[in-house]
Amino acid sequence: MKPEIPDSIPKSKLTLPAPGRDHIQGPKNAPIMLLEYGDYQCPYCGQAYPIVKEIQKRLGDRLCFAFRNFPLANAHPYAEHAAETAEAAGTRGAFWEMHDLLFENQDALDDDALAEYATALNLDAPGLIKEVVAGAHKPRVREDFRSGVRSGVNGTPTFFINGERYDGSPDVEEFLAALTGSA
Amino acid sequence: MLVMNKPNHQGTALPAGTPAPDFSLHSTPDQTVKLSEFRGQPVVLAFYPADWSPVCGDQMALYNEMLSEFQELGAELLGISVDGVWCHGQFSHDRKLHFPLLADFEPKGEVSRLYGVYRHGEGVSERALFVLNADGVIHWSYVSPVGVNPGAAGIISALEELQNQTEAK
Repeated sequence: MKPEIPDSIPKSKLTLPAPGRDHIQGPKNAPIMLLEYGDYQCPYCGQAYPIVKEIQKRLGDRLCFAFRNFPLANAHPYAEHAAETAEAAGTRGAFWEMHDLLFENQDALDDDALAEYATALNLDAPGLIKEVVAGAHKPRVREDFRSGVRSGVNGTPTFFINGERYDGSPDVEEFLAALTGSA
Repeated sequence: MLVMNKPNHQGTALPAGTPAPDFSLHSTPDQTVKLSEFRGQPVVLAFYPADWSPVCGDQMALYNEMLSEFQELGAELLGISVDGVWCHGQFSHDRKLHFPLLADFEPKGEVSRLYGVYRHGEGVSERALFVLNADGVIHWSYVSPVGVNPGAAGIISALEELQNQTEAK
């Protein structure tokens, strides 16, 4: 089987739809599926964070939101451990709580700060940080990254609406129009 | 839609099936890189307009994160622009790039011209990608609209196709 080479890149179709593997908020059979590839240290992702919250509030149960990691670790030295910390929290049932804390504290993402957030969420901070330092959640983050690269994620944040890359503005109204138009 | 823009030099860029013209360019003030030295493995040539311009930065930052992927696929990545070695050095240091940036500086743009991806009006390279096979033949090429980060999906597809061909032999 020869894989198709696209005549135009970036390819903007999601290559890893796999429901079930992702961290989601909202009903998994919601008519609108929004997926973000993001980096916890990326300022643009930080700007998009309250916009996504607003969209979730407005669309309620019509929306299912998923987040995948796309850390640009050379540009953002804390991004990789931050992503792995969210995943580590995820294995303890606290992915979204950690996700929110990280985006709300983008200016403090070193290992000490990550341990503080784990403590704040009543997670076993030493155990969690030990996992992160040992790279226990690296493969998961890498899998997210690889799927992004193959789907046409060229930077962060990149959003997919029902599997199609959204290249419009992250402005709330325009974003909402694209989301509701897709359902 | 940005991605729908017609690339300027898609027609003139050397197409698949063409032997890649050999070249030797400086990567640092006292080091040169010769393309034919990489014979035996796939090579990705990423031409871009300029160090420091925002889209380039993002594009190179993305490729920088993907070096392990390229490595797994056995490929070497070379960035090329008309910037000089000192500029490349500073840019590379600032962005912590772990792959060579080659200076197509003297005669200016000569290699970009050889590959059909020189923008004469502006005096810079197109944002163009070439994936060469182990025999030094162009397997895939693509010219992106100059302001658009072409990402890496096309490069990965091309490299995976080369890998599958090798395995099938």
